[in-house]
Amino acid sequence: MDTLLLSRIQFGFVISFHILFPAFTIGLANWLAFLEWRWLRTGQALWWDLYVFWRKVFAISFGMGVVSGIVMSFQFGTNWAVLSERAGNVLGPLLSYEVLTAFFLEAGFLGVMLFGARRVGPWVHFFCTAMVALGTLISTFWIIAAISWMHTPQGHVLQGNVFVPGDWWAIVFNPSFPYRLAHMVLAAFITTCFVIGGTSAWYLRRGVHPESAARMLRLAVVFGAIAVPAQILAGDQHGLNTLQHQPIKVAAMEGHWHAGASGAGVPLVLFGVPDQQAERNDFELAVPRLGSLILTHSWSGDIEPLTAVVPEDRPPVLPVFVFFRVMVGLGLLMLAVVAASAWAWWRGRLERATWVLRGWQLLSPAGFAALLAGWWVTEFGRQPWVVYGLLRTRDAVSPNLAAAAVATSLAGYVLVYAVIFGAGIWYLWRLLHKGPTPAAPGSADAAATEVRTPARPLSVAGEADIAEADAR
Amino acid sequence: MNDAGLILHASDGLAFWLPVVWLGVLGFGVLMYVLLDGFVLGLGILAPLAEDGAQFDHMMNTAAPIWDGNETWLVLGGAGLLAAFPRAYALVLSALYLPVLTLLLGLIFRGVAFEFRFKGQGFARRAWGAAFSGGSVLATFSQGVILGALVQGLPTQAGAYAGGTWGWASPFSLMTGVALVCGYALLGSGWLILKTEGRLHQRARRWVRPLVLGVLAFMAVVSIWLPLLSTPVMQRWFTGGRFVWLAPVPLLTLAVAARLWRDAAHRPDAARPHDAHPLVWTLALFALGFAGLLLGLWPHLVPPALTIWGAASPPASQGFLLWGLAVLLPVILGYTTWSYRVFRGKVTAEMGYH
Repeated sequence: MDTLLLSRIQFGFVISFHILFPAFTIGLANWLAFLEWRWLRTGQALWWDLYVFWRKVFAISFGMGVVSGIVMSFQFGTNWAVLSERAGNVLGPLLSYEVLTAFFLEAGFLGVMLFGARRVGPWVHFFCTAMVALGTLISTFWIIAAISWMHTPQGHVLQGNVFVPGDWWAIVFNPSFPYRLAHMVLAAFITTCFVIGGTSAWYLRRGVHPESAARMLRLAVVFGAIAVPAQILAGDQHGLNTLQHQPIKVAAMEGHWHAGASGAGVPLVLFGVPDQQAERNDFELAVPRLGSLILTHSWSGDIEPLTAVVPEDRPPVLPVFVFFRVMVGLGLLMLAVVAASAWAWWRGRLERATWVLRGWQLLSPAGFAALLAGWWVTEFGRQPWVVYGLLRTRDAVSPNLAAAAVATSLAGYVLVYAVIFGAGIWYLWRLLHKGPTPAAPGSADAAATEVRTPARPLSVAGEADIAEADAR
Repeated sequence: MNDAGLILHASDGLAFWLPVVWLGVLGFGVLMYVLLDGFVLGLGILAPLAEDGAQFDHMMNTAAPIWDGNETWLVLGGAGLLAAFPRAYALVLSALYLPVLTLLLGLIFRGVAFEFRFKGQGFARRAWGAAFSGGSVLATFSQGVILGALVQGLPTQAGAYAGGTWGWASPFSLMTGVALVCGYALLGSGWLILKTEGRLHQRARRWVRPLVLGVLAFMAVVSIWLPLLSTPVMQRWFTGGRFVWLAPVPLLTLAVAARLWRDAAHRPDAARPHDAHPLVWTLALFALGFAGLLLGLWPHLVPPALTIWGAASPPASQGFLLWGLAVLLPVILGYTTWSYRVFRGKVTAEMGYH
């Protein structure tokens, strides 16, 4: 394998692992801010117990997001030196603003949020939680601005082959930015929502933490009932925006190879196996005209087919086509679970509806899978370009980089990530399995509910938090 | 794109000054990283000297609430370099591919160990402790190698790196790698003296003097070795009569080292405790070393080919970010200081911050 392919695999690998954790912590940080706000407003100990529990989940996830994120901030230089040289003038300031407005904010208030409840007043502590949550959202803003500019570049001037910023407002608010931002933030929230709902369903089916679980499940259902339909709408709008600016990506999503007869419309391919060489789908199952209806909102609208561009300008169709269906399929499943939950709730039996609970449990990782599938659609789909229409991925890779060096680094990342994230996910699973532990009885305020245990190591979730109850 | 070796003068106005200001900003960011993460990495380097698991935990606990913020300065360095000097970012990171890789892998192990060490018992606990120490040593050594390779100079042809996969490896860069491990260990000792009491505090005081000797020895070796390397770098230090003008830097370094040596001893009779002094003197030692480095590199960013003007992004990029920086950096320093204040005082072995 050559340097280019190895570098692409490596970037795909490290960013796919990384995005899982920020996506989860964007949702979790805001969930924590909500829990602490409810506790401050009502004084009910249950809210604080839930806060303390989910804060442990957050700490592990945030730690993994931080360490995998540092890798990301150097990837552009190590493996994509030409991209950095030519587009660094535009991307660098956007990423730096992310560090200045978001990373420092998160890191600065994280310590107090995790360890400082006894050292500051309750509202100051809530302020810290809120700042961490705000930081995660600001971070999303800048990183999505940078990646959206690479998809729909504007506001720059090309001097030779170097991108020089002309109008920063146009660069940040490029055409795909608002749609991608809405789609991503909703995806992050829904990912977290399904972990919370799935965990609660798991407790209800096991008969543990009934009060907490019922409360969290209801919150997840309410949130999902708003966010999942909103996400489907946002996804549709994002798709229409993509059709306008990256029509060939949409053609790959739809497996649409050739222009049909005039007025025949575009079919919706439900299933098929795209064949890049033969320029067709094998085993195709398609509904006539439905593609036109969804994409152009008309009976006979046309979209540009893949064969409208030369083969070397087409993305790899198979992954774009497949992952698009995975994403949409998972989205529809999530919608079904939310709808069934609303029905069961209306009938007054949400906590006992076995099939609904089983659905939540099964779909607890669905947000992560849909999120990855969605990113793979958009990133495979913009190939062969790294800056769309202007700089090809193959021209962006570091020159003078030996394939052996990249093979070494890729093997290193795979090995280290397997150990680190394997352990992290195992600890998260055990933590979620055990669930929230009620604070000491009689405790009234934040300071007292944080039981001070002698010799307790300074980690948010300790050994006792994940140990099985009977093993203690 | 500018000529890589472009040299401008103050009469060139903004085109001269913006990259100079940015060199200062990035220099500040990197110095903050070296000072702040330096002592946390130093804890990892010193941790194998802990007498038992509890002392190991105690050492980690002193940094648990603040390590993440300290590491963020490195991310600022990376993103800021891409924004202000994209050409240097591209050249340095792709040329130093392997040491950058080991730096990142080391930081991963070090970072997750803060969360993971306390979730296991027995073997798992010891293993994550080893990950904390091993990761810290690896990350520090890699940083030292990167520094040494930069000082030595990265061979380029037509603006592209031409040194191959192992071009950074030399006796000099490996030596600077070991030197930085020694230096960060000294920072870590200073931090422990400030933040702990009792037995660990006493042990940390005993580590200071050998480490000071080590750091001074490495500084001497670097000073003797540099002129022999026959690179254009550091010429500033050793040509003509310049050394006289720059002499205050090494003299101050010696003076600071002497104060550090003195304050390393425990002085129960002193009117006020000196627990912060060893750390403060070590920070000053690092700041002086860093100043010496910048003076030597000037006006290069990546010697021998790339100057700060040759590597600079256009004013549209540097200016846009500088406005934000001017507003945000004081705010960042403000709440970071506040967060340190929340956790001020000694950390005892029995205490979590809860």
